[in-house]
Amino acid sequence: MRSPLTRWLPVAALLIALALPFALSGFQTLELAYALIFAIAILGLNILTGFSGQISLGHGAFLAIGAFTTAIGVQRLHLPYLATIPIAALLCGLLGWVIGAGAGRLEGIYLGLATFALGVATPDLLKKQTSLTGGVKGISLPPVTSPIAALSDDQYFYLLCLAIGGGLFVLAANMLGDRTGRAWRAVRDGELAAAAFGVNVGYYKTLAFALSAALAGVAGSLYGLATAFVSTDAFPFQLSIALLVGAVVGGIGSIGGALVGGLLTEFLPIYAQQMLLPINKQLANAAPGAVQGVLLLVVLGLARGGVAGLVGDAYYRLIRANRTTTEGVTDGEINTLAYRPSRPD
Amino acid sequence: MARSTRWRTVLLGLISLTLAACSSGTPVGGAPAAGATAAGGAAAVATSAAPAANSAAAAAATAAPTVASAAATVAPTVASAAAAAAPTVAAAANTAVAALTNSDVGVTKDTILLGGTIALSGPAAAYGTIARAADAYLHYVNDNGGIYGRQISYKYLDDAYNPAQTVPLTKQQVEQDQVFLMYGGLGTQSQTSVRDYLNSKKVPQVFVATGATTFAAEFEKYPYTFGWQPVYQGESLIYAQYILKNAPNAKIGVIYQNDDYGQDYLDGLTKGLGNKAAEMIVDKESNDVGAPDLSSQILKLKNSGADTFFVFETPSPAIKAIVAAFQAGWQPAIYLNAVSGPVPYLQAAQKAAGDPAAVNGITSVLYLKDSIDPAQANDPGIQLFKQVMAKYYPEGKVDDNFNVYGMGTAYSLVDVLKKAGPNLTRAGVLDALNNLNETDNPFVYPGIPVKNSPTDHYTITQEYLAKYDPTLNNYKSISQPIDVRGLIKFP
Repeated sequence: MRSPLTRWLPVAALLIALALPFALSGFQTLELAYALIFAIAILGLNILTGFSGQISLGHGAFLAIGAFTTAIGVQRLHLPYLATIPIAALLCGLLGWVIGAGAGRLEGIYLGLATFALGVATPDLLKKQTSLTGGVKGISLPPVTSPIAALSDDQYFYLLCLAIGGGLFVLAANMLGDRTGRAWRAVRDGELAAAAFGVNVGYYKTLAFALSAALAGVAGSLYGLATAFVSTDAFPFQLSIALLVGAVVGGIGSIGGALVGGLLTEFLPIYAQQMLLPINKQLANAAPGAVQGVLLLVVLGLARGGVAGLVGDAYYRLIRANRTTTEGVTDGEINTLAYRPSRPD
Repeated sequence: MARSTRWRTVLLGLISLTLAACSSGTPVGGAPAAGATAAGGAAAVATSAAPAANSAAAAAATAAPTVASAAATVAPTVASAAAAAAPTVAAAANTAVAALTNSDVGVTKDTILLGGTIALSGPAAAYGTIARAADAYLHYVNDNGGIYGRQISYKYLDDAYNPAQTVPLTKQQVEQDQVFLMYGGLGTQSQTSVRDYLNSKKVPQVFVATGATTFAAEFEKYPYTFGWQPVYQGESLIYAQYILKNAPNAKIGVIYQNDDYGQDYLDGLTKGLGNKAAEMIVDKESNDVGAPDLSSQILKLKNSGADTFFVFETPSPAIKAIVAAFQAGWQPAIYLNAVSGPVPYLQAAQKAAGDPAAVNGITSVLYLKDSIDPAQANDPGIQLFKQVMAKYYPEGKVDDNFNVYGMGTAYSLVDVLKKAGPNLTRAGVLDALNNLNETDNPFVYPGIPVKNSPTDHYTITQEYLAKYDPTLNNYKSISQPIDVRGLIKFP
């Protein structure tokens, strides 16, 4: 079902994304690059939670490992930074496979708890390996400089993130529309039924975990390059939660939702706080966490499909309204006939 | 169904509005908090400067003999600042033309824009009050004429103690807001993450709120970066000197937080004890940040036979360590690092242990005046502090000594900006910072200079040793200020 929306929206988004760095200042471009990086990580969470039905409260751990892979690769092994990104993906993917194979046997809350432990423990474990990770002092990286004279460093880095992120989004979209995606959805909606249809449940669950860890590794690698300084303080447990909230609010189980989630994760805390600051300082202090919480409640209560789901709903309602009025159907009938569940499957 | 549809439509509208606000890219609420003060500047000089001078003079007159010397040095400063304010405003009209031609990014003929990042939310949110207190003091300076007629506007943003947030926020302030300098940035990792950037952009990174030795030591590599407070290694050198002199046979057990902060302290102590360190330090135990319980480490330290106990911790684990030692029946001489030393923490430890003996005689160091010490209530610096708090930061806590710290750095900043002259430039500020020599900072104990030279950036190097007396709810000094300038070795 290739509706005009699904066909043209990505193209329009890509065009806007390409134009943005030339319309914005350097730091705003960098902020957008951070949003893209979060979107990549959230895409991974989306595959894991939205499509294969597992949960991770500790994806910040994979970001941390990805970032330290890049830092160690560049600083200690003198690799070009671009080469460290696939290494980070591979390393995190392997780690995700191992953890996923074990954690795949856990269900629901137990998987949540296991990944929670991972998210909490990893920064401290990395901190202990002083000789490798610089311990508490962290590792400074040379800033990414633009090889193209016409582009500033920030513009170049943003376009790099866009290219990598865009590629990964297309890859994920293809995968989810294919047999792998169908298998994941079958597993999510009923493991027994999926197994009865010949889906290897354990394999697909582990695969989802590994892929989502690899995506988080790429995001972590870029996160480290964006900050040009990798240290354990940059990966607090709150980061894992912020990513999960971003995934849910953006729209769990939707590729576009990951992009929206990335933007929300980057911009909402900053602007919520800066907007509230002139009104009430105490309120502004609480803003980053409070906004996340309120949005999560609102989305869970009123719009399970997140922002992406709402946009989709509104769009379909619009089309149906246009179509049905020509066919002479009443409003009440539209509401009952045209209702589509927010989850796009 | 119809009901939920309406809700969804409303919600969709709200969210698209939010998105629109975000993607427009303008920091909607980013107007400097201090911006409003510019209007009332000149008018306020006449009204609010006078009481300031009066109360300072009154304080000097009624001060106890012990603080009289301090009063003598401080009172004239406040009074003269107030007195000088009126002519300054008048003179500003003359100097303004010259200032316009020579001044730098972030400076106009009547404003100076400063940036900064600090933790206002997240795990280290308690530090946020430092920026608020500094801002309050800068408002006070603005209302007393500003600096050569210019009003200071201090825009500090929340980085939640996370370096990955410090970087974009700092770039925002440098590139979009075009601040003159970055002031009061907090957190070792956070400030390390922007040190290269700020130095490459030649933006002064002034008075970073961390005691990590690297910020003072590596000034040749990072000439635009300046610390303020005594570095952690310097503080432990002071303990080491005192111990070597007064308790050369001490058997030392150390508990330290396993991060740069705890290790910096431990390094300083080990270096300070020199070749006696291996013999004197009989055991050292560490704990991770946020460790819930320290009793196993305390038992090991007790069983090591140590009679002297060094605590290099942040306040919460420090309290746990003191209480655990008391409950284990261990009664060593306790040395507590300055970060955890303030009286409220010791009172908390006493309460938790249920016995004043747990905290009796704990030794720490002091360089900042204490806002809750009854003996200092008439000190002009503390009076000024309370006056500024009441007028410009009424929601802040007067008994939180982080606020004294914030105003102490703000006083030095104002000093530097004044010394840099009417033609305010970054080069002029660097020069003033390199030659900072302040003996009258009203928030620092008298006799302790705030001082740099082109070859030494250890700003504050002197501290008193003091012993805690639970019957007084306060410290009593047991030494003259000990100076470790020139003794700190890095790395």
